[in-house]
Amino acid sequence: MPSVSFKVNGQRVNVDVPADIPLLWVLRDQLNLKGTKYGCGVGQCGACTVHVKGVPVRSCSTLATSVAGQDVITIEGLSADGTHPVQRAWEELDVPQCGYCQAGQLMTAAALLAANKKPTDADINAAMEGNICRCATYRRIRGAIHRAAELAAAGPSRAGSGAPRDRED
Amino acid sequence: MTTTMERRAFIGTLAKAGLVLAATSAGVRRLEAFELPHEHGPLAGEWEPSVFLRIADDGTVTVTCHRSEMGQGVRTALVMVMADELEADYATIQLDQGIGDNKYGDQNTDGSTSIRSGSYMKFRNAGAAARMMLEQAAAAEWGVDASAVAARSGTVVHAASGRSLPFARLVARARTLPVPQPVVLKQPSQFRLIGKDVPGYDLRNVLTGKAVFGQDASMPGMKYAVVLHPPVYGSKVAKYDAAAALKVKGVEKVIEIPGAPMPSAFLPLGGLAVVATSTWAAIEGRRKLVVTWGASPNDSYDSVAYRAELEASARAEGKKVRDLGDAGGALAGAARKVEAEYYAPHLAHAPMEPPAAVAKVTGDACETWTCTQNPQASRDTIAAFLKIPKEKVTVHVTLLGGGFGRKSKPDYACEAAFLSRETGAPVKVVWTREDDIQNGFPHTVSLQRLEAGLDASGKIVAWRHRIASPPISSVFAPNQEYHTDSELSLGVLDMPYEVPNVRVEVCKAPAHSRIGWYRSVSNVPQAFAISCFMDELAHAAGKDPVEFLLAALGPERVLDMTKTGTVNPVGNYGAKWEEHPNDIARHRRVLQTVAKESGWGKKLPRGEGMGVAVHRSFLTYVASVVHVKVGPKGEVTIPRVDIAMDCGYAVHPDRVRSQCEGAVIMSLSNALTSELTYKNGRTVQSNYNNYQVLRMSQAPKHTAVHLVHSGGPLGGVGEPGVPPVAPALANAIFAATGKRIRSLPVGRQLAGGPVAVPAGSR
Repeated sequence: MPSVSFKVNGQRVNVDVPADIPLLWVLRDQLNLKGTKYGCGVGQCGACTVHVKGVPVRSCSTLATSVAGQDVITIEGLSADGTHPVQRAWEELDVPQCGYCQAGQLMTAAALLAANKKPTDADINAAMEGNICRCATYRRIRGAIHRAAELAAAGPSRAGSGAPRDRED
Repeated sequence: MTTTMERRAFIGTLAKAGLVLAATSAGVRRLEAFELPHEHGPLAGEWEPSVFLRIADDGTVTVTCHRSEMGQGVRTALVMVMADELEADYATIQLDQGIGDNKYGDQNTDGSTSIRSGSYMKFRNAGAAARMMLEQAAAAEWGVDASAVAARSGTVVHAASGRSLPFARLVARARTLPVPQPVVLKQPSQFRLIGKDVPGYDLRNVLTGKAVFGQDASMPGMKYAVVLHPPVYGSKVAKYDAAAALKVKGVEKVIEIPGAPMPSAFLPLGGLAVVATSTWAAIEGRRKLVVTWGASPNDSYDSVAYRAELEASARAEGKKVRDLGDAGGALAGAARKVEAEYYAPHLAHAPMEPPAAVAKVTGDACETWTCTQNPQASRDTIAAFLKIPKEKVTVHVTLLGGGFGRKSKPDYACEAAFLSRETGAPVKVVWTREDDIQNGFPHTVSLQRLEAGLDASGKIVAWRHRIASPPISSVFAPNQEYHTDSELSLGVLDMPYEVPNVRVEVCKAPAHSRIGWYRSVSNVPQAFAISCFMDELAHAAGKDPVEFLLAALGPERVLDMTKTGTVNPVGNYGAKWEEHPNDIARHRRVLQTVAKESGWGKKLPRGEGMGVAVHRSFLTYVASVVHVKVGPKGEVTIPRVDIAMDCGYAVHPDRVRSQCEGAVIMSLSNALTSELTYKNGRTVQSNYNNYQVLRMSQAPKHTAVHLVHSGGPLGGVGEPGVPPVAPALANAIFAATGKRIRSLPVGRQLAGGPVAVPAGSR
């Protein structure tokens, strides 16, 4: 069984994994990071979205061995205290209903804002198309992304913080 | 156990409060809903004035939520209600999620009942009684009259002297006092939380990844399992070879789960469970199983053929369930006759969280943590499946990652319990998305035939409605082949339109899958058929659809539901008609509101149109206008949806709005893209790639929710937003293109592009 070493939320981890195991199940079952959700297993719903080197990826369809040596950020590490602009905006707009898909929505939105400080509705549609919400909170998600862009702009210390921050262990 | 809900992070300062022990002193008297005990003596431990409320000696207030949270906001709403009447500090209240226990009354989080059918008043009464006792305790402490003191946010204040005491200082005395009679509730003008927008109780945990759903539940030493379910309802394992599966690293056992005979109710379908040391190993092991399935009477179930069967069924006379006047004679004599058939397919709930449960069986006792809408049914079904006493089964409820009716049925919790007993270890059963879509309790399929007669003035004089749709009862009892009165009471028998001659018949429709309720249940197909047909009649009569609906509703009045000509009494969502009448004024008001707010009647460019529908369900009145744009290749976009809801009173207005926003899109998914079909007895769809629900870009660009405050009795909120939206969309498509959508989903029916709008149509 291969051993793989990578950083999760700034912490270095070393785990023995089957060669074909998706990152999702390593995060959930081995590292007990259950904020990242299983929704479809085939990269259709986005509930499992995490950042790898700042890029949003579907962890259900990403081999754990492929992130060796890389920085992985999950919802637990999006911010130290739950105050990333997307988290604050989501809170202001009371976005979640059941909440199950929201970690994936937040991670995708944070990556969008890291790359595009003032996304248009079309930009948001394109970025969020892979994230399903069956409660259908899309209207509030869109509003919260616009709001998070404002919050990020207003608080320069947090601007663009959707990208994983450097954290040395 | 790590599954106890973590408190919200922002009230972490009250660390000393911690989690309150669930154990209570024997003999503690509790306030039941409307039955208040008169006395109880001093007792050690927490004061428990109600099964829903405990106050510790340090003043910590713990509210028990006995209903399941699946996004509708019940954990927020019930805490708000209790905190308001108790005058507790909302931000410091502890929430305990109730286990399945009859002491809480009905816990089935279903039918949009959590607020409307009792909990609102139970929680208000409990909070108000405890508040009065705390006030009396303070008054006695100060030697003043109780009327001179008032509780306020966790303290009792004597305004005249400026003195105040926190609840913590009053609990010991308050608990010895007689329960006040009568309990004086707040006047609505005194509400500080009820009717206001309060942040969701679980919001912070959701946003930081700490919220615990069924898929996240765990127990020390647990195994992971997935189950290979029979692909056809009624099929069983004939033989299997597990050798390859057992070679997968981490796979420990392959265990056959006995399937219940049809009709299988809430029991497991049976199949082969792969038990492993991780979810992934179990999934990999399952892929390697080699199984031969036994024959089932449903092996030939084919959705295309079945539709033809339903059409034939609905084209012949069925069983009479409503007969008012002489519909046949009036149809024959009508100036104009209109007929149409409407088809709505099976639907899958597809909540974002597939079902999951973890269970630990020790001897004849079982403890389980699961995402269930119905912990009492989970308890009872596990007990029946394992043949153990139900008193020995403890069902803890996690957060639900969506439910929509699927998680009322505890087959997956039974699987976990069974596997725990077989392995001697705690077992977590994870349903994959494929299990969820292919082995669930699909929403019924429906074919409805409608015929109406109009007189020369365009008034409806005759109405005949035939329904061929497998009933939910088919999952519980044999030979259930006709839609039942309770299902017909979801829009058909309680239809509000003023028609002197009405006949409703049910036609044979045997089930070939499990059938389960799905958000708003038979209102989905029935509102679709009736509201689309009303639009067809409006056009046949040459009337504006809103004007036609208002005319058909008739003058403001309460309908006499005992004089509708039905064979059996018309159901009313469990409520009495005297208390929750079919009120035409409320139908009219939501319709007029949505028409006004949507700009109904405005001139639209070619290829665009607006459609309307109004529908009462779960004691709530909803109307919707959908504005649709159909492109040259038939592509549908939705610039705007307006939805007006009158649920009597909105306890948490923003959550009512968000439920409406979600219901609009779920209904549009039902209408535009979702369809579960069968071939050779098996579901064709398997995951979100082919069971499609709307994504952000397909959602309406604008959704405007209009809450109509009638002050009427409380209605449901979670479901009633769904029914009118799909027909409003279909009617809008007609307005835009001239093409009638009588079969769902819309799919590629418009692929030929818009046709010319017929003269005289909008």
